[in-house]
Amino acid sequence: MSKAIIEHSVASETFNKDEPYVNWHDETLWFVRQKRDKSSKLLPEWEHLREAASGIKNYVLSHMDELLTAFEENAKQNGVHVHWAADAAEHNEIVLGLLKQHNIDKMVKSKSMLTEECHMNEFLSRNGIDVIDTDLGERIVQLRNEPPSHIVLPAIHLKKKDIGDLFHEHLGTEAGATDPQYLTEAARQHLRDKFLTRRAALTGVNFAIAETGGFVVSTNEGNADMGAHLADIHIACMGFEKIIPKQEHLGVFLRLLARSATGQPITTYSSHFKKPREGQEMHIIIVDNGRSTQLGRADFRNSLKCIRCGACMNTCPVYRRSGGHSYHNAVAGPIGSILAPNLDMTKNADLPFASTLCGSCSNVCPVKIDIHDQLYKWRQVLVKGGHVPQAKEIGIKAMSIVLSQPRFYQWSGRLGRSVMRTIPFMVNNSMNPWYKQREMPEPPKESFRDWYVRNRKE
Amino acid sequence: MTSREKILQQIKLNKPSEMALPSNFRFDSNFENTESKFIETLTAIYTEVIVVKNKEALLAKAAELYGAVVNRATTIPELGGWADFSLNVSDPHELEMIEIAILQAEFGVAENGAVWISDKYLSHRVLPFITQNLAFVIPRKALVNNMHDAYERLLDTTGWGCFIAGPSKTADIEQSLVIGAHGARSMVIFLIEEEE
Repeated sequence: MSKAIIEHSVASETFNKDEPYVNWHDETLWFVRQKRDKSSKLLPEWEHLREAASGIKNYVLSHMDELLTAFEENAKQNGVHVHWAADAAEHNEIVLGLLKQHNIDKMVKSKSMLTEECHMNEFLSRNGIDVIDTDLGERIVQLRNEPPSHIVLPAIHLKKKDIGDLFHEHLGTEAGATDPQYLTEAARQHLRDKFLTRRAALTGVNFAIAETGGFVVSTNEGNADMGAHLADIHIACMGFEKIIPKQEHLGVFLRLLARSATGQPITTYSSHFKKPREGQEMHIIIVDNGRSTQLGRADFRNSLKCIRCGACMNTCPVYRRSGGHSYHNAVAGPIGSILAPNLDMTKNADLPFASTLCGSCSNVCPVKIDIHDQLYKWRQVLVKGGHVPQAKEIGIKAMSIVLSQPRFYQWSGRLGRSVMRTIPFMVNNSMNPWYKQREMPEPPKESFRDWYVRNRKE
Repeated sequence: MTSREKILQQIKLNKPSEMALPSNFRFDSNFENTESKFIETLTAIYTEVIVVKNKEALLAKAAELYGAVVNRATTIPELGGWADFSLNVSDPHELEMIEIAILQAEFGVAENGAVWISDKYLSHRVLPFITQNLAFVIPRKALVNNMHDAYERLLDTTGWGCFIAGPSKTADIEQSLVIGAHGARSMVIFLIEEEE
């Protein structure tokens, strides 16, 4: 079932073929980034909130086991069943087991990046379970048989026309219709029928609270609540890092989450689940799937602080111009690129190189994850571990030879400048990867060093 | 060894050394006027706020606004005469018919326009989501400035509760905002003047 992976650089090259489309994708995400800026600037305490969130998460990382056991105990007391899954396969088996136990073969699902990470839909479908994604963006990509391209805006890579055509085919909307209001209404009617007829609902978890044994799910559409409150059984799946110590800490995280994600002061719905309603069963699955390994990597454990707002993607110049699918991982963009190598270094060795290391991701991160530093550190780990393609390794080795020998460096610079000036076609051709989507710069007449040496004499 | 033990043991081995919980994570929002900030925020998220004197005035206003609508439901005893749909059902699926629900909410938050509703006053959790249109009733005094203040009020939560900020919405189709995704298509908030 696992498809061959296309490297990020190759996939983004394909993405870049349609220039107006790439420009549109870039501008759309930048627009979301700007909304985040406006919204954050309205809170004078913004930087203090980030600091507090990061500090709370530091505490969480260093008390993870105690918090999880306290959460489990409180959740059980509330009448919730708690399961533990070491990896994706076990998680999927638990979900399937629960559905089989209740003789259920149809389920509604609200957005959960964890189940994307576990490839749960494919697994359940192979086992005869029909899973319907109910977040509009998720439903759209599900109908197209593709994964979400963004963790908050799953269908951000599609235009109205794509969705109009898709709905015409699957939901019977008028051919050529592209009005978002009309298309959303069609999806509303289609999904309402699913909510009303499914006996099982699966949701993600945004925050789990050790103190109360409860958990919070945030949506704008209300689909998590529509599903959970109508179903006989509610299954909530969480990566274990979603735990926070106390309910009052939600004050910090709920103020940061939506502002960082879309610029909204809060999502429309922030549902606090604690006990199942009468006659309902509630289950929580706590998933590891590599997280405890990442917790042990001192340089990379901070990635577990992530609250999945997507701000790093919206701001990333590479993500905006290469699209989420080019990252071949459930979580794309800068944060995905530091999470993915933990899961599989060989498969995801290309991702930490999909960055300019400009630092913008770290600057917008609401929990202050050092994302660009981790990208840089992953590159070193991956090269040392022999996980990068030979051509890249040779390039890096050649670079290190040049940079470590001052005289050779000076000579290379002089040679490069003279080549660019006298025989420009030697560099302005498709053999040179730097020439792609880029004009080569006008070479300076002399290097800074030469200028400096000359001017110091005067 | 069970997965539970395996995960917990692995975490114990791998977790970083002790880091303290920050004590300073609560901030004050000093709005000039909490109520006008609340109304301003809600207006920006497509929600009308109507101030009424008391429950009698609320009843009159509700009759005026929703008189023509069929399938009205409420959790507020004083509006019993206005509602034509009894919430006395055992299966939440039956609520699918509801066109407008007027519900008791506990308090509102000025910084984001969210109101807190919980199963303390709500017989069916799905009601605020399944109804086509939604209205909340809050005492005018029950407004707080920000989310830190909100959680000071929420030390004790019930089985389920939710902050709801405006009608259901989505922007999943080319970032165009559409009101009324799966939940309520419209929202009104009634602030009651004469209530503790």
